[in-house]
Amino acid sequence: MIGDLFLQGVQMFLVLALAPLLLGFTRRVKAWLLRRKGPPLLQPYRDLLRLLRKEVVLAENASWLFRSAPYVIFAATWVAAALVPTFATGLEFSWTADLIVITALLGSVRFFLALAGMDVGTSFGGIGSSREMMFASFAEPAMIMIVFTVALVAGTTQLSQVADFVFAHASLRVSLALALVALIIVAIAENTRIPVDNPATHLELTMVHEAMLLEYSGRHLAVIELAAALKLLLYISLIASIFAPWGLTQAGAAPGAYLIAIAAYIGKLAVGGFLLVLFETSIAKMRVFRVPEFLGAALMLGLLGTLLLFVSRTF
Amino acid sequence: MDSVSIALICVAALLATALLAVLAHRAATVGSLVYVSCLVLSLVILVVAGGQLLGGSGEATTMRLPIGLPWVGANFRIDSLCAFFLVVIDLGAAAASLYALGYGRHEHAPERVLPFYPAFLAGMNLVLLAADAFSFLVAWEFMSLTSWALVMAHHHDPENRRAGYIYLVMASFGTLALLLAFGLMAGPAGGYAFAEMRTTVHAAWLPGLVLILALLGAGSKAGLVPLHVWLPLAHPAAPSHVSALMSGVMTKVAIYGFVRIVFDLLGTPAWWWSILVLGLGAITVVLGVLQAVLQRDLKRLLAYSTVENIGIIFIALGLALAFQANGMAGPAALSFTAALLHIFNHSLFKSLLFFGAGAVLNGTGERDIEKLGGLIRTMPQTAFLVLGGCLAISALPPLNGFVSEWLIFQAILVSPDLPQWGLKLMIPAVGAMLALGAALSAACYVRAFGIGFLGRPRSQAASSAHEVDRLSLTAMFMLLGLCLLAGILPGLLIDAVAPTVREVVGHAMPSQASLPWLSIVPVAESRSSYNGLLIFAFIVIATLLTVKGIHRLASRATRRGPAWDCGYPDPSPLTQYTGDSFAQPLRRVFGEFVFLARDKVTMPRPGDQRPARLDVSLRDLVWDMIYVPIQWAVAFAGEKFNTLQFLTIRRYLSLVFAALVSLLLVVAIWA
Repeated sequence: MIGDLFLQGVQMFLVLALAPLLLGFTRRVKAWLLRRKGPPLLQPYRDLLRLLRKEVVLAENASWLFRSAPYVIFAATWVAAALVPTFATGLEFSWTADLIVITALLGSVRFFLALAGMDVGTSFGGIGSSREMMFASFAEPAMIMIVFTVALVAGTTQLSQVADFVFAHASLRVSLALALVALIIVAIAENTRIPVDNPATHLELTMVHEAMLLEYSGRHLAVIELAAALKLLLYISLIASIFAPWGLTQAGAAPGAYLIAIAAYIGKLAVGGFLLVLFETSIAKMRVFRVPEFLGAALMLGLLGTLLLFVSRTF
Repeated sequence: MDSVSIALICVAALLATALLAVLAHRAATVGSLVYVSCLVLSLVILVVAGGQLLGGSGEATTMRLPIGLPWVGANFRIDSLCAFFLVVIDLGAAAASLYALGYGRHEHAPERVLPFYPAFLAGMNLVLLAADAFSFLVAWEFMSLTSWALVMAHHHDPENRRAGYIYLVMASFGTLALLLAFGLMAGPAGGYAFAEMRTTVHAAWLPGLVLILALLGAGSKAGLVPLHVWLPLAHPAAPSHVSALMSGVMTKVAIYGFVRIVFDLLGTPAWWWSILVLGLGAITVVLGVLQAVLQRDLKRLLAYSTVENIGIIFIALGLALAFQANGMAGPAALSFTAALLHIFNHSLFKSLLFFGAGAVLNGTGERDIEKLGGLIRTMPQTAFLVLGGCLAISALPPLNGFVSEWLIFQAILVSPDLPQWGLKLMIPAVGAMLALGAALSAACYVRAFGIGFLGRPRSQAASSAHEVDRLSLTAMFMLLGLCLLAGILPGLLIDAVAPTVREVVGHAMPSQASLPWLSIVPVAESRSSYNGLLIFAFIVIATLLTVKGIHRLASRATRRGPAWDCGYPDPSPLTQYTGDSFAQPLRRVFGEFVFLARDKVTMPRPGDQRPARLDVSLRDLVWDMIYVPIQWAVAFAGEKFNTLQFLTIRRYLSLVFAALVSLLLVVAIWA
C-alpha cells in the first residue's frame, strides 16, 4: 500500500519536474530548426523561479476569482496529468478517473481560465476567452469521439487498461489511425501551438491563450505557465500511452524496471516534442476562422473512427 | 398511515393554503404563511416519498377515492417511479418555497402569485400520484392552468401576455395528445385505470401511435424541439422562484408522464421507438444550447438551457428504450439510471441558477446581461453560488452534472452490441451531438457568468447592486451543497434510485455502496470507473499545497495597479467585451447554418461623418417553418369558415340534414 502510494507520488512529481524541461527542449529544438542558438534547456525553470519571487501586480478591480483561478487551474491540470500513465500502468489511483474524466477535468481548467480572462474587463481578455471557448466547442467533442474510438477498440475507457490492451494486442487498425490523427490535431489546438495559436507571439490580436493571461503577473503567471507546460506533457503522455505503450511497466515491477521505464518515458517525450516542433516550423499559422475547419476535421475523423467500430469491431 | 394517504392529505392542505391565500389576501403576513406552509408540506411529502424509496420495502401503496369517473373512481398510487419523482419535485418545491420566503417579499403584486403557487405545487404532486387516466389528465390540466396563471402574474408587460397565450395554446395541444394516447390505451372497453391498461393486450399498430402521441403531449410540456417554442417565453415571464419550479421541476413532471406511458403502461418497446426518441433528443440538445449561447436575457438563456438538458434526458431514455427492446437488461438499467440522475441533477442546478437570476433581478432590476457586469464585487455570495451552478450544469467534474453525462457516455459505449443497423449508425452521431452540447453549454455559461458577474459594471444598476436576503441565500447554498454532494458521492445516488430502475426496466445497476473509496463502476472495474470524491479531494489538496507552498517559500507580495490591457486601458466600461461579441465566433460558425445568421457591416467611407453599423439578423427556423404556416392556416380557415355565421335558416337546416346523412352513412359503412 505504502509502496503503491509512493509510486503514485513519484508519478505526480515526475510530471511536475519534467514539464518545464519539455518546454525548454521544444524551444531549443525550434531554435535549432530555425538556425538560431536558442535558450538553454533549463531556462523555463529559471523563468518560473523568477516569476515566483516577483510581486503580483493586480488590476484594481480584480476579484477573488482572478486571484484564486491560477491555483485551481494548476491543481486540476496537475491532477489530470498525474492520472495519465507515464512510466507505469495500474498505479494506485489510476482507477479514479478514466479518459472521459481527464478530458472533462481539462474542460474545468479551460472554464476557469476563460473566466479569469474576463474578470478584469479588458477587451483582450474577452477576445481570448471567446475564441478559446469557440475552439473548445470543437476540440471537446472531437476528444470525446477519440475516446470513443479508443474505448471501443480496447473495450475500456481506463487509460491503464487501454495501454495494456494495445501493448498486448498491437496491430494496425484503421480506426486507431484515424484517432491518432485526430488526437494530434486536438493536442495542437489544446496546447495553443502553431497553426492554431502561437505560444511565442506578442502581437495582441492574434493571441488566444496569451490574451487571457494578459493581466497576470508574478506567482499567478508562474503557476499558469507551469499548468500550460503540464498540459503539453499530458497530451504527449496521452498519445504515447495509447499509441506507443512500449516501455511502460506495470505497477508491482522491480525497481530497476521502473528506472528503465522512466528513461523510456523521457525518450518518448523527447520524440514527441521533436515531432511537434518539426510540424510547427513547417507550417504557417492559420486565421482564427480557419481553426474550426481544422478542428472540425478532427471531429469528423473521430466520428468516422467510432462509426467504423460500430459497424464492425474489426476495423 | 400509508404514504399515499399522507401525500394526499398534504396535497389537500396545499389546496387549502391556496384557498387561504385568496381569502386572506389583504393580511400582511399571508405571504410568509403561504410559503412556510408550502415548505413544510413539500418537506413532508419529500420525507414520505424518500422513505419509501430508500426504505427498501418497494411496496406500492394505493388508494381509491369515490370521485371522478363513476365506474373508475379516482385512483392514487405511490410506487418507486412515483416516489423518485415525488422526491425530485418536492425537493425543488421546498427549495423554491424557502427562497420565496425572502424573495417573495419584493413581489409587487403578491395577490397574483400567492393563491396559485400552492395550487401549482398541488397540481404537480397530483399528476405523480394519479393512477388512472382521468385523474392524471385533470391534475395535468390543473398544473398547466395554475402555472399559466403564474406566468401571467406580471401581465402588464405585453411580452408576458404573448408568452401566456402561446403557453396556453401549447398546453392545450399537449393535453389533447395525451387524451388521445390514454383513449387509445384504454381501448373500447374503457379501462381507464393504469392497472387495467398494463394488462390490456393492444393491437400491433397501437403502441407506436401512443408513443408518438406521448412524445407530442409530454414532449410539448418538457420542451422537446420543435414543441419547445413556448418554454423560453413562459418560463422567464413568471416570478423567479416560479421560473425555477417550471424549469427545474415541472419539465420533470412531463418526463414522468412520458416514462409512465412509454416504459410502464405500453409494455415491451419496439426498437424503432428509440430512433425517434434519440433523434428528437439530439436535435433538442444542439438547438437548445445554440439558442442559449446567443441569448442576452439571463432567464431566457436559462430556459433555453433547460431545453438542452431535456434533450440530454431524452437521449438517455432513448438509449434505455433501445436496450430494452433488445432485451439487454444491464445496459438498459445503466441508461435509465443515467436519465434519472440527470433528472435529479438538473432539478438541483437549474433551480439554483434561476434563484441566482432572481437575486440578480432583485439586486439590479436587470435581466439583460449586456447591462450587468462586476456583480462578483457587489453581490459576492450570489456570484459564488451562481458560479457553482454554472460549473455543475456545464458537466464539469467534480460536480454532479458530469456524473450523469459520464454515465450516458458509458451507455453509448456498450451500444455497438445492439443488432439494428439504424441504431448502430445513429448512436455515434448522437454521442457527438451530446459532446457538442456539453462543450457549447460550457461556452454558454462562461459567457453568462463572465459577462454578467465579471468585468466592470456596464450600467448604473449593476454598479449599485445589492446582495439578496439571507433566506434566499440559504436556499441557494443548500442546492449548491446538494450539487456537490451528488457530484462526489454519485454511488449513493445510484443505489438510491435502484428500486425505481428495477421497477421500470426490470433490472438495476450493480450496487455501488460496497465499492472501495465510494467510486462508481457502471459495468465492470476493468471497463470504466470514476471517483468524484477522490478527484475533488485531489484538487482541493493540490490547490492548498500550491498556495501554501508558494506563499511560504516564494512571495506573497501584492500590489494593486491599473489594468494593463497591453498599455491601452480604456476607462469606459463600454469598451469591454459584450455578450454579443463573445458569442460572435459561435454565431458565425454554427449560426450561419442553424439560424441563417447574417452579419452586415456598413462602413462609412473615409471622411464620412456617419457611424459604422453592424446589423445582425437571426431567424428561428423552427418558428418560421412550423408555427408560421400553422398560424397562417388557422387564420385562413377562420376567415373562410366565418361565412358560416351569416347563412339563412334554410341553409342551416340543409347543413344539419347533410351532416346527419353523412354521419349515418359512416355508421352504416363502419358497422
